Amino acid sequence: MEALIEINELNLYYGEVRALRNVTLGIPERSITAFIGPSGCGKSTLLRTLNRMNDMIPGTRIDGSIKIAGTDIYSNQVDVETLRKRVGMVFQQPNPFPKSIYDNVAYGPRLHGIRDRKKLDEIVEASLRSAVLWNEVQHHLKRSAFGLSGGQQQRLCIARALAVEPDILLMDEATSALDPISTLKIEELTQELKDRYTIVMVTHNMQQAARVSQRTAFFLNGELIECAETQKLFANPSNPRTEDYISGRFG
Amino acid sequence: MNQWTTADDHKRVLMRRRIDFMLRLLFLLCTSIGIVALAVLIVSIVVDGFRYIRPELFLNYPSRRAAQAGMKSAIVGSIYMLLMMAPISFVFGVGAAIYLEEYAKKNRATRFIQLNISTLAGVPSIVYGILGLTIFVRFFALERSLISGTLTMTLLVLPVIIVSAQEAIKAVPKIRRDASFALGADKWQTVSRAVLPSAMPGILTGVILAMSRAIGETAPLVMIGALTYISFLPSSLKDSFSVMPIQIFNWISRPQEEFHSLAAAGIMVLLALLLLMNFSAILLRNKFQKHI
Repeated sequence: MEALIEINELNLYYGEVRALRNVTLGIPERSITAFIGPSGCGKSTLLRTLNRMNDMIPGTRIDGSIKIAGTDIYSNQVDVETLRKRVGMVFQQPNPFPKSIYDNVAYGPRLHGIRDRKKLDEIVEASLRSAVLWNEVQHHLKRSAFGLSGGQQQRLCIARALAVEPDILLMDEATSALDPISTLKIEELTQELKDRYTIVMVTHNMQQAARVSQRTAFFLNGELIECAETQKLFANPSNPRTEDYISGRFG
Repeated sequence: MNQWTTADDHKRVLMRRRIDFMLRLLFLLCTSIGIVALAVLIVSIVVDGFRYIRPELFLNYPSRRAAQAGMKSAIVGSIYMLLMMAPISFVFGVGAAIYLEEYAKKNRATRFIQLNISTLAGVPSIVYGILGLTIFVRFFALERSLISGTLTMTLLVLPVIIVSAQEAIKAVPKIRRDASFALGADKWQTVSRAVLPSAMPGILTGVILAMSRAIGETAPLVMIGALTYISFLPSSLKDSFSVMPIQIFNWISRPQEEFHSLAAAGIMVLLALLLLMNFSAILLRNKFQKHI
């Protein structure tokens, strides 16, 4: 298996606390990889190392390496702004800007210097189509994003992330604040996106991991316990601690 | 189960309701004291000064004869000062707030600066007068001029603006900043495009309220020497000037009864301006909030 993201012997410390321990993991391209595990197991932390959002937390240190397409993303040849353009992120709470739907999607392209109105129009439409939101909002792009429902807002955030043409999309419990119908829509959306993007998602919901992902990684206390094809991990885990977790004996 | 509420329960509830009612009256009384005081003030001023609210008040220069006295130079002086002070203090105040909230490391030096700014916001205004006298009037030799007065008042309002702008910036949710950073924005892009638009209503409210305070300030301008008898409008920054509260102060300190009534009329004009500014603060806030 050729991995797009290669995490090698990664340790992460918040001050004295060691949040990740010797994590080594490969994430294949154009598929969905799910991170599962109980709260505080380090799965969100690991996700945030992939676009270096952890850099902003004072006192964070890492050792080990993360390579994306062969490039070490923590080397000083990589600008963090460029990295984040290539590695998009969707957060737990829908967090649109207090702007219009159009301006939300155009925010990223504008950051990176696209001013041309026609080009922006095209990007906004394409991104909203990719996020399966276009049909619902095409006639009121000028309206505030805050008028959308929670599920629509989250799809808008996905469209906003897609608008800067990333290769990788990180989803940090992106459905945990949504109702079941909205959750289902986002899950269906990920199935359409996985042929074009490499998706890494953190989820508290094991059924969700089983439904949507091709590979699943199970974390416990900052360690990667097991990573395997999703079907195999859920049907026939090789580590007894994985089995305890997925069968609901803890967590 | 016909006994599931007892007479005891009922008595206790009645007692609590009585206490609730009495406290409600007490709080209403607290509120009324402020309102009544303001009403008394306004009524006595209006009774006193209403007959001097006439065109001459706005069109005439100060005069020794109350019948001809107006406050044209003071009104214009106040407005000039306001128009210069607002942009200067906005730029410096918001700039400092952005630095402290977004760029400065949260270390001991920053906390020390923060403490000093909060303290400065409470320093008596006369102290700013002395500062302005020393720095602008004497050291920079700007004389007792409009620009000295403006800069002194800018110093006076800066701490208030910085603190309120900081509060407004702090109130912008972190997840909104995260959204911007995650799209590849750098710090300034995030501040200017994601943070400031959300914080702007709060910032503007703070700025306008600080301006209202400055418009009514007298002490620092007495200190740096705003004059009371100005029979011309300032035509350059280095001209001497007067402002409304100084003019009012001067009228009140005269022995003649008519000048006291003139002062009351002046206070009405000043109050009207303050009301207008506070009203525009509310309008601005609503206008910006509509975009959210």
